[in-house]
Amino acid sequence: MILELSSIRKRFGGVHALRDGSLSVRPGQVHALIGENGAGKSTLVKIVAGMLRRDGGDMRWKGRSVDFHRSAEAHAVGIRMVHQESLLAPHLTVAENVFLGREPLKSAFLDEAAMAHKTASILEEHRFPLQADWKVAKLAPAHKQIVEICRALHGDPSLLMFDEPTSSLSDAEATEVFRIVRQLREKGIGIVYITHRLAELQEIADQITILRDGETVHSCPASETTTQEIVRHMVGRNVAAVYFRDKQPPGEERLKVDLPGVAFELRAGEILGVAGLVGAGRTKVCETLFGITPAPPGSISVNGEPCDIRSPLDAVEAGIALVTEDRQETGLAVRLPVRTNITLANLDAVCAGSVVHSGRERRVAEDYRKRLQIRADATEQSARQLSGGNQQKVVIAKWLFRDTNVVLFDEPTRGIDVGAKAEVFALMDKMAREGKAILMVSSELPELLQVADRILVMREGSMVAELPRETTQQEIMHHAAVGH
Amino acid sequence: MRLGSGVLQKFLPFISLALLFVILSIASPYFLTTTNLASVIRQTAVINIMALGMTLVIVSGGIDLSVGSILAFSGVIGTMTMVNGGSVPLGIAAGIAGGTLWGCANGLMVSKLRLPPFIVTLGTLGIVRGLTLVISGGLPVVGLPKAHGFLGEGTVGPVPFVLLILVGCAIVTHFAMRSTKLGRYTYAIGSNEAAAVYAGIPVARYKVAIYAICGMLTGLAGMIETSRLMTGQPTAGVSYELQVIAAVVIGGGSLAGGEGTVIGTLIGAFIMGLLSNGSDLLGVNPYWQQVIIGAVIILAVALDEARKRRFST
Repeated sequence: MILELSSIRKRFGGVHALRDGSLSVRPGQVHALIGENGAGKSTLVKIVAGMLRRDGGDMRWKGRSVDFHRSAEAHAVGIRMVHQESLLAPHLTVAENVFLGREPLKSAFLDEAAMAHKTASILEEHRFPLQADWKVAKLAPAHKQIVEICRALHGDPSLLMFDEPTSSLSDAEATEVFRIVRQLREKGIGIVYITHRLAELQEIADQITILRDGETVHSCPASETTTQEIVRHMVGRNVAAVYFRDKQPPGEERLKVDLPGVAFELRAGEILGVAGLVGAGRTKVCETLFGITPAPPGSISVNGEPCDIRSPLDAVEAGIALVTEDRQETGLAVRLPVRTNITLANLDAVCAGSVVHSGRERRVAEDYRKRLQIRADATEQSARQLSGGNQQKVVIAKWLFRDTNVVLFDEPTRGIDVGAKAEVFALMDKMAREGKAILMVSSELPELLQVADRILVMREGSMVAELPRETTQQEIMHHAAVGH
Repeated sequence: MRLGSGVLQKFLPFISLALLFVILSIASPYFLTTTNLASVIRQTAVINIMALGMTLVIVSGGIDLSVGSILAFSGVIGTMTMVNGGSVPLGIAAGIAGGTLWGCANGLMVSKLRLPPFIVTLGTLGIVRGLTLVISGGLPVVGLPKAHGFLGEGTVGPVPFVLLILVGCAIVTHFAMRSTKLGRYTYAIGSNEAAAVYAGIPVARYKVAIYAICGMLTGLAGMIETSRLMTGQPTAGVSYELQVIAAVVIGGGSLAGGEGTVIGTLIGAFIMGLLSNGSDLLGVNPYWQQVIIGAVIILAVALDEARKRRFST
């Protein structure tokens, strides 16, 4: 064992983030750490990385009891954390990011040549498809993740901890990350791997440890368990393993799109899936329909009426809503209360003239909180304090209150846990039954197959196939990646 | 215990103001007199009224550096209207209209040209000041009708008229921020502009309105300033923008947007007013006054940040 944690405890104010966290990692092993949001995974790895100090419990590094006060101390003994791509400085180059905070000096000046050379050799050694002098801002998410990995690899670490490395990647890009992780394992590096994507566990993990409510509830070799059992440990009860939607007879036409490379219609009661690799133009379809990127010549009709959509305001007025991929950036005003977020897109409905009727607004917010089972102490709580799943429900509540005919979902399950996913799917199903038309972009093929009535596949900005719901993941991937 | 200290921190600006008031009452026999308090109110009214508008701008995530120049512009336009035969109310209206127009111009440039508000208003700070000097020939506008003196120096019974104006403006602004669509969207834009756009809010239109209101209140403040001095000074209001911004941030406004209240701003402006008045009464060297006010700004924001950090984790 290189790392042994037993009975780690950590409190934040009155909240126990960790009550009994245990984890043992061997060299050359990929150890998956899983659990719902708030289970304590991030707290545990932050303690190992010296970013937080534990309140109690035992931590041993290579057999010796340790207590890190600062992340530099953990770094010095060979422990690295691979953060999500958001922690890079976008205006700097790959090499500058790899050495950020540890720049080599030549007399008083930065040794640019040494940085470029060392970075190039790391890239070469691992066959990473990047150049040391590329600007990070221009890289795809998967490549930003590689830059994070390079940062961690500098200085020959013995333990790498990945925090959801594939959460913003497509399946093909995730496969590339798996290749890298396996390669690092071959070199004898111990790897802790936090993920929400249970499907990838069989592919990548040697050992699995499951946290629930701050306690390690189960640990076993990956080959000796099933997804079903893992989910049971994560949520502490049996969950309907898969969610399948009954197909509804489609109603009248809600949305008709005829743009270069992208033509489809969407009917009331229908959930239309859109699949494709990252960069295939799926998000762009949503952004075009929602007036964020200018539409190319062509036509868009809502409820049979041709629309000229130039802004989100036009889109919402035409009856189109968008649940965006990134809740923090574009979905929520996170510092404002849940109540305010729910009424934001339809404030007129709770106003008398220009004055907000606070009683009416409270009733509306409370009503949606109950109907969507949003777990917030009160509707006054700020959106920031909610878990990913509950934040997503607030975004959905906002559009339900606006009551648009067409709802676009871009990666609706990103960053939310198993239980909340089922609730989001049930909401989408309910919206379809009530006569809304739904478009769902997703990188999670099993989820598309569960929820969508038919699936459009995109490649290089164009739609290349329309598949029925009875299709397979292989079929979708075939169209998405190679075509006919 | 935890709750107690939280409440204490939340009301810290108010408690500081009250404490300052008590200390000055004890330290100086001249402080708690009608004459002195009326003078404090008159001195701070101009900054206070401008700060109400600035609160909207800062809560929306913006900044307006041009308010000092707009104050002078409005004053000059308003007083020139009066000396060229316009009535006092017409002159005041002209001054307010001038301020509103410059506010609109700031708002249009920020929202339509998508320029950072810091840059736009840094530009208009110079443009408006320069135009004010051009229009007035660099000379103060004098020979104002006596009646104009009432706006800044008049009293209604024992109450300074400017106090009534300030209270009126503050109530309207407070209500607008708390209970109207304008206020709600101001907080939403400041909290997350992209999310506001994605919610279908006409963000550009509301930004123009926010800067226009700030300009309008600055125009009013400009007319009050001319009434107190009985001249239209083209050099009035230099560096007022810093005092106005300081009042908003001492009162809990966040330059990152999304946070700030009218009541907080009023308290912030009065804390600065009392510090300045108290220092005068106690014979503190005016050079040191600047040091004290600067330190108070940093201290107030540091305490506010500490409070936010504690309650966000």
